[in-house]
Amino acid sequence: MTAATGEQTSAPLLEIRDLTVHHGQLRALEHISLRVFSGEVYAIIGANGAGKSTLLRTIAGLHTPTEGAVLLDGKDVTKVRPEKRAIAGIGMVPEGRRLFGSLSVEENLQVGATYARKGPWNIGRVYELFGWMRDRRSQKTSQLSGGEQQSVAIGRALVANPRVLLLDELSLGLAPVIVQRIYETLPQILATGLTVLLVEQDVSQALRVATHIQCLLEGRTTLQGIPADVTPEQVEAAYFGLGPAAPPAEAPGEEQLWSGSTPSSRAS
Amino acid sequence: MVWVNAIIQGILTGGLYALFACGLSLMFGVMKVVNLAHGDLAVVGGYVALGVIAVTHIPVLWSFVIVVPVMAAGGYVLQRTVIQAALDRGVLTTLIVTFGLSVVIENALLQFINANSHSLGVGNAIITDSFSIGSHIQIAYLLLLIFAVAVVVLLGLQSFLSASRYGRMIRAVADDKEAAQLSGIDYRHVFGIAAAIAFGTVALAGIGYGMYSQFSPTTGTDTILLFAFAAVVIGGLGSLWGTLLGGVVLGVAQQIGSQINVSDQVLAGYIVFLLVLILRPQGLTSRRAQS
Amino acid sequence: MTIAAETNVRSAENYRVTRSRRNVAWTGLGALVVVVVLALFPYIVYAGTTTIMVQGFIILTLASMWNLLAGYAGLVSVGQQAFVGLGAYFVLILALHGMSPFAALPVAAIGCGVAALPLWWLVSRLRSGYFAIATWVLAATVMLFIEKFSSIGGGTGMPLPGVTGYSPTLLTADTYWAGLAVTVIALAAVYLLLRGRLGLVLTAIRDDEVAARSSGARVGLARLLVFVVAGIGCGAAGGVLAISQLQVQPGAVFSVQWTAEMAFAVIIGGIGTIEGPILGTIVYIVLQQTLQSYNAWYLIILGLVAIVIALFARRGLWGLIDDHLHIRLFPVGYWLWAPGSGGRRGLRGLGRGGGKHS
Repeated sequence: MTAATGEQTSAPLLEIRDLTVHHGQLRALEHISLRVFSGEVYAIIGANGAGKSTLLRTIAGLHTPTEGAVLLDGKDVTKVRPEKRAIAGIGMVPEGRRLFGSLSVEENLQVGATYARKGPWNIGRVYELFGWMRDRRSQKTSQLSGGEQQSVAIGRALVANPRVLLLDELSLGLAPVIVQRIYETLPQILATGLTVLLVEQDVSQALRVATHIQCLLEGRTTLQGIPADVTPEQVEAAYFGLGPAAPPAEAPGEEQLWSGSTPSSRAS
Repeated sequence: MVWVNAIIQGILTGGLYALFACGLSLMFGVMKVVNLAHGDLAVVGGYVALGVIAVTHIPVLWSFVIVVPVMAAGGYVLQRTVIQAALDRGVLTTLIVTFGLSVVIENALLQFINANSHSLGVGNAIITDSFSIGSHIQIAYLLLLIFAVAVVVLLGLQSFLSASRYGRMIRAVADDKEAAQLSGIDYRHVFGIAAAIAFGTVALAGIGYGMYSQFSPTTGTDTILLFAFAAVVIGGLGSLWGTLLGGVVLGVAQQIGSQINVSDQVLAGYIVFLLVLILRPQGLTSRRAQS
Repeated sequence: MTIAAETNVRSAENYRVTRSRRNVAWTGLGALVVVVVLALFPYIVYAGTTTIMVQGFIILTLASMWNLLAGYAGLVSVGQQAFVGLGAYFVLILALHGMSPFAALPVAAIGCGVAALPLWWLVSRLRSGYFAIATWVLAATVMLFIEKFSSIGGGTGMPLPGVTGYSPTLLTADTYWAGLAVTVIALAAVYLLLRGRLGLVLTAIRDDEVAARSSGARVGLARLLVFVVAGIGCGAAGGVLAISQLQVQPGAVFSVQWTAEMAFAVIIGGIGTIEGPILGTIVYIVLQQTLQSYNAWYLIILGLVAIVIALFARRGLWGLIDDHLHIRLFPVGYWLWAPGSGGRRGLRGLGRGGGKHS
């Protein structure tokens, strides 16, 4: 499992135990486990379809796992509805931003703050973090650029004062320079005591900001460790599934073809 | 001048149509539910008013004070139970369930009351009167009152949606209910609120209709539902003022139709409805294409 | 061996594809027997029973059509009563011009198919809720339009000419056979259509419309075909209605209650299967006959049962039977047999209507 730098005097803030998630008959995640401790930046990398976003969505509660558990601060939240998890402190910036298109920038932030916990973040502080936002706060978010929308999406999650912030593919559809600028705000976010679990396709960006790293391939973990301890070759092997970290050649799904008559049944 | 009168009558009736339609528009805009029982709910509102008046002897004009909250509460409950269950199972199921509700409501009214027409007689003499402008234009006070109420309700609803916390939540859930969940919002509760508003406004419209005209168990599907839909579609989704415009256009089209041929009043309205559906399904005020 | 060659050899040797799980020849024979027995009814049973059967035939035909539209093509129409009325009026008009109503029946059906074309053009771009409302408005508009013509009865309707020469028994029998013929043809047509290419296309569309389109499936054409077939079927049922009622009244033939009845029969029986509408119609007739004297009760109960089934037993009564017994009287899907499974563990694919598209 993870060998974190420094001591772990407390229990993990977020823990995933043996998570298996299906999309219908497709097994998206298989026996995934991880622990994120307070203050860490835990990065999940992997190619398209590796299951990264599914993992984040399951943590947020938008997807139900077939097996396994999600624990927040030691408490099992696997059966808890997504909105309750958000109130409990899991904040997510979803893949593709998912802003409320007919609402203005400020209204998006206000919605984010509807059930805000007590904490350092509020709308004013978000405006400080992203300097351009205050002047454009009455604009409809559908009129903003991709990078600006991403900032609003982050702000919307921040104003609720989450304990752990889930960032799903921040770099999606954005120019590298914009992505860089957004990740530059990460230290300020961390400084307020947040813990971050992020999913990234951009491996170098992830390695630059992460304190811990985990690589997924076809739903399984192929690498877990600290950036300082892993070599680029190891990352590459884990990412593409080459060498000893590669999954077995025979796809485990073959058995499933014959195990049921409808997609919804799982008897074998 | 007869035409001017027709147009004015059409505008005024348009207010009533808009009041019928705003609940439908809200439910469709927020939850993507085409509530085929919507018209019947207005009739239920009328019958509930009749019952309330019979029991409490409250003046007709004040019956809404009891009826609207009762219907709104009923709407919340129905949404959280039956309609949400249907939504979870898909579009087809939702249409079937609301259609089923419509049939059940109508036949229950037929069975437990009777097939006759009823009217909410208005006690106050002034209200049943009308005033004239010139020799051709005659405006009934009641109709004018209904129009005024419709405008006030729409105004109130619009400002509720744009300025209040709950209004923002409703708009956010309408845009993206999953993203709203991520902000801690239980969209099932928000759907319930939207349904409550829809049921309350349609009950109010039903009372207005009952004062102005007559209703029977089948009026909901014979008349009201399609008119309400026409107002929504013609005006365009996403804007309550669009719904008012749609109602007015429908009302005017009907009045013009009846000037051409007395029996073509309803037909004229439907033809305009079909024209808009074919040529500009997003409606007159919407800028997006219909999805 | 190359992988490709290896796979091909494996497929050819060990995998089998069949149309049904059991031998369907018995079912076909059974269906034939049923039809022959039904055809003999006028000689065996009382006139009252055949009249009820005719009602059943009308509902069954309508239900099969609504099932085709909603269960297979995903088109929830609340306006099929337009075709019921048009079918009735076509028969009326032709009878007024001297044709025997029975001879007019097929002509009326074709006429409805033709009428379906411009109506489809009006509503084809609309989806789900909008489509439903548009069909409802269309039906209402068609009725209002027809009511303007006093030569065919105007708003009050008129009796059906061309039947005065018949003896009552012969008329009842002929009406019965007309109803039976329409139903058998309708069911056979639906079965053959779904078993063939159209069935495949509709399933593909229901699973993923974009993918279906890009694979070359003519989505628009498939839906048009379904709409036209449904128009013909409902029109034929409307013609039988006119003949059985011996009069045509706009309020009766264009009533939205027809849609209620056909939709509820389909939902209760089992949407997306051909057997479902049959079962649903039986339930409907039983309910109607039992609650005959209680006026609106049968619709209340029908509606409530339909709601409950739509929510909790989506595949209807036939679905419940199918889940336990794995029977398909009208197989339109495919069974894939694994090597060496000895016919015991097949994987059923395709052909299951109504399953995913909600």
